[in-house]
Amino acid sequence: MDLSYSPEYEAFRAEIRAFAEKHGAQAPRGGMAATMAGAREWQKLLIAHGYAARTIPKEYGGYGAEPDVLKSRIIAEEFIALGLPMGMSGQGISMLVPTLLELGSEEQKKKFIGPTLRGEIIWCQGYSEPGAGSDLASLSTRAVEDGDDFVINGQKIWTSTAAQADMIFCLVRTEADKPKHEGISYLLFSMKTPGIEVRPLVTMTGRAEFNEVFFTDVRVPKKDIVGQRGQGWYVANATLRHERGMLGDPNQAGTRLRALIELMQSEDVDGRRLMDNPVMRDRLLKLQARVHAMEYHGLRLLTASLKGEDPGVARLIVKLMGCELNHQLAGFAIDALGELGMLYSGSPHLRNGGDWQSSYMFDLGLIIGGGTAQIQKNIISERGLGMPREPKTAKA
Amino acid sequence: MEFGLSDDQKMMQESIERTLERVSPLERVRKAAGREPFAADVMKALVELGVPGILIEEEFGGLGLSLLDAVLAAEALGRHVAPVPFVASSVMAPLALAGAGSDKQKKAYLPKLASGEIIAGVAISEQAAGAREKAGITAKGGRLTGKTLFVLDFAGADVFIVADRFAGLHIVDAKAKGLGKIQLTTIDATRSLGELAFDTVEAEPLTSGNPAATLDRMIDAGRIMLAADTLGAGGRMIEKAVAYAKERQQFGRVIGSFQAVKHLCAEMVAELEPCRALIWYAAYAFDEFPEQSRRMAAHAKAHTSEVGTFVARTATEVHGGMGFTDLLGLHYWFKRIGFDRQALGGPEKVRHDAAVAQGWVGN
Repeated sequence: MDLSYSPEYEAFRAEIRAFAEKHGAQAPRGGMAATMAGAREWQKLLIAHGYAARTIPKEYGGYGAEPDVLKSRIIAEEFIALGLPMGMSGQGISMLVPTLLELGSEEQKKKFIGPTLRGEIIWCQGYSEPGAGSDLASLSTRAVEDGDDFVINGQKIWTSTAAQADMIFCLVRTEADKPKHEGISYLLFSMKTPGIEVRPLVTMTGRAEFNEVFFTDVRVPKKDIVGQRGQGWYVANATLRHERGMLGDPNQAGTRLRALIELMQSEDVDGRRLMDNPVMRDRLLKLQARVHAMEYHGLRLLTASLKGEDPGVARLIVKLMGCELNHQLAGFAIDALGELGMLYSGSPHLRNGGDWQSSYMFDLGLIIGGGTAQIQKNIISERGLGMPREPKTAKA
Repeated sequence: MEFGLSDDQKMMQESIERTLERVSPLERVRKAAGREPFAADVMKALVELGVPGILIEEEFGGLGLSLLDAVLAAEALGRHVAPVPFVASSVMAPLALAGAGSDKQKKAYLPKLASGEIIAGVAISEQAAGAREKAGITAKGGRLTGKTLFVLDFAGADVFIVADRFAGLHIVDAKAKGLGKIQLTTIDATRSLGELAFDTVEAEPLTSGNPAATLDRMIDAGRIMLAADTLGAGGRMIEKAVAYAKERQQFGRVIGSFQAVKHLCAEMVAELEPCRALIWYAAYAFDEFPEQSRRMAAHAKAHTSEVGTFVARTATEVHGGMGFTDLLGLHYWFKRIGFDRQALGGPEKVRHDAAVAQGWVGN
């Protein structure tokens, strides 16, 4: 146990601070759409310095550094501390790029990774369907062979960024006669292809964070497949692994906890600070312990990955516990706000732009999405504790 | 940056584990529980591994290790519900002597604690958890008067470390004239708890160093140990529940294949695993970042207690009716966790200390 950083890492930290000093003013601020060009410039600068796309090989447009999770952590820590926007994220960068690196053809890697990293191609993910949520492998969007093309018909749902996306990575059923896991293929195609319709999906937050995507006779060249035909399920699983790593990030909980402490110290009821209410304070303390526990749990997993050790069940609990904790933090903030917590969206007296109310609802979506809490518990008990799977019920 | 155990630490924990598996199986625990002051043979085996001297400097015959090492021992003891003194005799008493004892006192007591020749009980409940029934000790002219409750590692203790009303520390011989000893019956029969009544009893004050700061350190370390004990006991309960659920059949299938059951197991492990990192950090902070010690020890104790309570009842439920029986013996772990939760302050009290430590509220 040693939580100090060696000189190499302290030097790396100093480098980031020097970078911030020199380039901090160039960092894009404000809403995403307004500053897309600025965000792309910033991203280029970050890649050039190794603060984004750090471990992606140079030949594909990355920085080409050896993987070093500690340096990745230091980048995240320093960027948060310095108030600098991190590099671009999104499903293209965080999910498709790792998948292509692992399973894409050389041509696909050359064509897609660089522009994706630079924010020139925005992607969306075509996985879930109305009839295929937790049981994703039962998806029924059909792709039928016709000459050099597949012709796609069907519907996707929960497609975030579909309205802005240039491209989609999409699971379709190419082999109708094969068992459900063996008949899926993983296709890449343009969202401008004729026959695609995107409809915004408004959630309980009041915003359309997701979309539905409808395919009617969408023609996609057969060559735009990742991996082999019928192997899409296994390609997708490589991607899902990356997604589970993204959800339940303890940094977010730490940021929220600090905001919550600030709220408890600044708000008062009957002239008495919320922090001086022992019941409220006790609830805050309970959450503080949970945030610390997840934070150090993250450090434990980080160390395991540095040493190449498999942390076993400890790794499998992060999505479940991290998402739940974020939700609880937002829920408690609303209780602390009391009747102010009923307000929303531009109301007079609204605190913090309604972020707590919005997060409380959106986080419930995150508890459900990316593998529901119940699916996570199946994974934890089956893979982590070696408990038996639910027996298969006979087909009706 | 390394947040984890060294190879030496893993080996040490494994050897304590293996030893306890051998010398302290459930039958041995059952025999000792509530009948023997403590299991002397189990204690002897632990002495051979150096456990009682784990925090004691090498010059006094101990291993001179860190609080994190003591955490690993405490976890193993919790896993095996070992009926031996530890939190008071091997952690808080050595810290009292190291922090506030004179050279002469250190030489007199530390080697004997390390070798298991003597056991030390610790009476600081009033300072750690608040005074019940107007308990409290007054020191005057080298003599102590009053009563103190919930003395840890009580039975078989040869000396007691006692805190007075003003956070002064004293060491008292268990055979001192005027000292009344009342054994308390606890829910957890693997631990011993007692009450001391002082009628102008002769005591040696521990006045070197900083006694008040030492008392705080004792409380923090004790809380971290109790958390580690719960981590061990809870971890073992989960293992037992999972094993039982994989074996027990109802409705023609093992109950572990029902989601209602396996989700309980998943919830237990998902709650308990992060406690491990929290406790490791608290122990590390105790040695490396003392300014965080009070807060982190409090969080480790309170949070692990909350999770421990959930694990104790849930693991029992997974065992169905068998979990409720004396025959299965699962209740030893259940009760151990219950004891850990209240000793040195229950969750609400301990969280209050964490609030005070970060200036959120006055004392």
